[in-house]
Amino acid sequence: MKNKEKKSGIGGLMRGLVRKQIFIPIAALVILTIFNYIMDPTFFKITLSPNSLGYNVLSGSIITILDNGSELAILAIGMTLVTAASGGQDISVGATIAIAGSVILRILCGGQTSPDTLQAPVIVAFLVACVAGMLAGAFNGALVAYFRIQPMIATLILFTAGRSIGAWINNNTLPVVKDPSFAVYGGFIPGIAVPTPFLITVACIIIITLVLKFTTLGLYTQSVGINEESSRLNGLNPAFIKFLTFVILGLCVAVAALIKVSRISSINYSVIAKDIEMDAILAVALGGNKLSGGKFNMAASIIGAYVIQFLTTTLYALKVDANALPAYKAVVVIALVVLSAPSVTEKISALGKKMKPKAKEVA
Amino acid sequence: MKENAILEMKGIYKIFPGVRALQDVDFTLCKGEIHALMGENGAGKSTLIKVLTGVYEKDGGDIFLEGLGKAAVIRSPQDAQKLGISTVYQEITLCPNLSVAENMYIGRGDGAVQNWKKMNADADKILQNLDIPARGAQQLSSCSIAIQQMVAIARAVDMDCKVLILDEPTSSLDEKEVEKLFGLMRDLKKRGVGIIFVTHFLDQVYEVCDKITVLRDGKLVGEYEIKDLPRVQLVSKMLGKELDDMSDIKSDALAYKGKDADTNVFEAVGLQSNADIKPFNFHIKKGEVNGFTGLLGSGRSECVRAIFGADRVIAGNVKKDGKEVKIKKPIDAMKLGIAYLPEDRKLDGIVGDLSVRENIILAAQVLRGAFKPFSKAETYKIADEYIKMLEIKTASADTPIKSLSGGNQQKCILARWLLTHPDYLILDEPTRGIDVGTKIEIQKLVLKLASEGMSVTFISSETDEMLRTCSRLIVMRDRKVVGELSNEELCQSSIMNTIAGGGTTDEK
Repeated sequence: MKNKEKKSGIGGLMRGLVRKQIFIPIAALVILTIFNYIMDPTFFKITLSPNSLGYNVLSGSIITILDNGSELAILAIGMTLVTAASGGQDISVGATIAIAGSVILRILCGGQTSPDTLQAPVIVAFLVACVAGMLAGAFNGALVAYFRIQPMIATLILFTAGRSIGAWINNNTLPVVKDPSFAVYGGFIPGIAVPTPFLITVACIIIITLVLKFTTLGLYTQSVGINEESSRLNGLNPAFIKFLTFVILGLCVAVAALIKVSRISSINYSVIAKDIEMDAILAVALGGNKLSGGKFNMAASIIGAYVIQFLTTTLYALKVDANALPAYKAVVVIALVVLSAPSVTEKISALGKKMKPKAKEVA
Repeated sequence: MKENAILEMKGIYKIFPGVRALQDVDFTLCKGEIHALMGENGAGKSTLIKVLTGVYEKDGGDIFLEGLGKAAVIRSPQDAQKLGISTVYQEITLCPNLSVAENMYIGRGDGAVQNWKKMNADADKILQNLDIPARGAQQLSSCSIAIQQMVAIARAVDMDCKVLILDEPTSSLDEKEVEKLFGLMRDLKKRGVGIIFVTHFLDQVYEVCDKITVLRDGKLVGEYEIKDLPRVQLVSKMLGKELDDMSDIKSDALAYKGKDADTNVFEAVGLQSNADIKPFNFHIKKGEVNGFTGLLGSGRSECVRAIFGADRVIAGNVKKDGKEVKIKKPIDAMKLGIAYLPEDRKLDGIVGDLSVRENIILAAQVLRGAFKPFSKAETYKIADEYIKMLEIKTASADTPIKSLSGGNQQKCILARWLLTHPDYLILDEPTRGIDVGTKIEIQKLVLKLASEGMSVTFISSETDEMLRTCSRLIVMRDRKVVGELSNEELCQSSIMNTIAGGGTTDEK
């Protein structure tokens, strides 16, 4: 009898694994890892070598993935919450990064095109960018929560207008920050070998973990996403909770914007964070979260974000033409999304069930 | 077939797993007759109609139609439509953003080509003919709900319907609109259409119908001429209790004996919400169990929703423990120690994908505030405690609540509210769709809580249950409070009398 309840044997183990939401993104990571190892055993080599400024820093494909995936991972945090509570997605995050990034540069350069020194401390610029990001989020959130507009339509407004607003903030100039101290946010802190964006991402992950542990945000967003009316009758304010998730996403946007503009110490309004909204939504989906809202798994979303970055880097390593990249990516994404569809996971689970008795016989 | 009959259903059976929804039901509809189909919730009205319209396939019996030599075969709504049986449902099933004419002809064309001009002209002709104030080219959503319903009826009439089924057509109409609809129904009656009218409004039945067929628990109670069946008799037939059945008087429950037993825990004067109820007065004492009774749709749920702030309150003053308070939304009520178990468990109660544990702690957590979450260990402890106390059958505290049976889901929701330690608990249909054993458990629990000083308002469609638990009943009809019964007045006959509207002779 006891044996029956215990998940013994390969079948049982597989079933238990497959049922876990985090299975698909982790499986995708494993497959990508094996694939890369076969194609190029040096893919995983990490070296410590001096960079252009003479510090010893880590380099290698894995480091590149962790570095470049930062913005996406941070956005995935906010996007997961928005998806859970509102059952929709924010497609304006790329454009609002242009706004927040432009705000940072405007304050750092004080309206000049290329000043020799910083016109204001970076922290001030960042805080103002946070306000800008949260305002954009509040705008989206208000449309969704209080005016009951579908999230995709509501955020289409800033998706369309955001990059122009970004350009307008700097009078359509492209300010350049000359002070090298600004470059640390998208590069390396002197003396530390790990890329700063990755450190910022880790900080964000720690913060959201603490928030989910020490507040009821997780319970409330899921509850509102699953049954709004029932949540209301339990004393929640569903509209405010939806609004709040958009504001939190706005904050994530500001952090991502800081990393993005710091990487090149400037901005290109039409290119910065282009198409990142789709990758962020994809990260949530790859994490096995329902895009129609409700229950979510934050860790799975974040791993999903790194899977996407891993994929991009892998394709680059295979020397896929940059223009053809999206097409290849699409093929892999189709496979992953189909695999994580409930009907398919059930089939895999059933397969595991069939394997179980065999495993028992062996035992 | 009987002379003049256009529809005869004979010995209809319909069995769902574990339930006999219809047992040996006969139903006859004559030409040019408006026939009310009456019965409480779950009596089998909608099942019978679904069998007739081909939504369900019957498990036994025959359906005969006039002019059809043999028993009719109805396997799908399309079959029913071809045989001239049309239904207009409570919710409009037309397309609001198409034009009136398009709605009347949608899905009826033979080919891909459509003569729009002719279609609009035809529609106008029919509408005029039936005296419906709408034009074919008008967008449907620009018409009032009543007109939309009439358009649906016009569509049915134009499809040569012989049997027209109106399922709760008046529930979202105001009095004037109801009058218009009745005008149309009488007009169709003159043209020889047989109309089956399903409604919860007794007044309307007596205003427009010729005959009444009453169902109860899936069985036929009888078919009556309207003039032979006074209202009180009708109510008693629907509820299945004879007027002189006085045996079900409340057993002496353990009463709350505290010193403060006479103080009002909650008091409302002229309370009114936007859910279309007339203003009402209400109070409940400490340790008292009272209830709202009345037929479905009489407004009993809306009253308690107004108390809890679940609907928008538009008028009235409320006092909690003697102090004037404002309850604008559920959280206000919760903070004052009021708890509300909603009528519709699935839509308003459970949060389906969340676990039993999360569902139980939800309300208490909201009361504690967003920055003081229960620790995981605490939630398990609480959940296990209530699972044990209320004997909730679940695989574990982490099982999603939606995979539990209805009764166990209900117990979880009950646990959720008990956990908030309310001093005033509102239970709206807590025992609906629950097996008898659990029902009695819940009733016992209610009486026990009351004996410990909790005030409880209990709503149930089953009068028995109300009599067993409540010491005072507020009776509702047509969305207003029409009476209050307490102690020795509490018996089936007095309830039925009050529901039906006074004596046996004063109204029709």
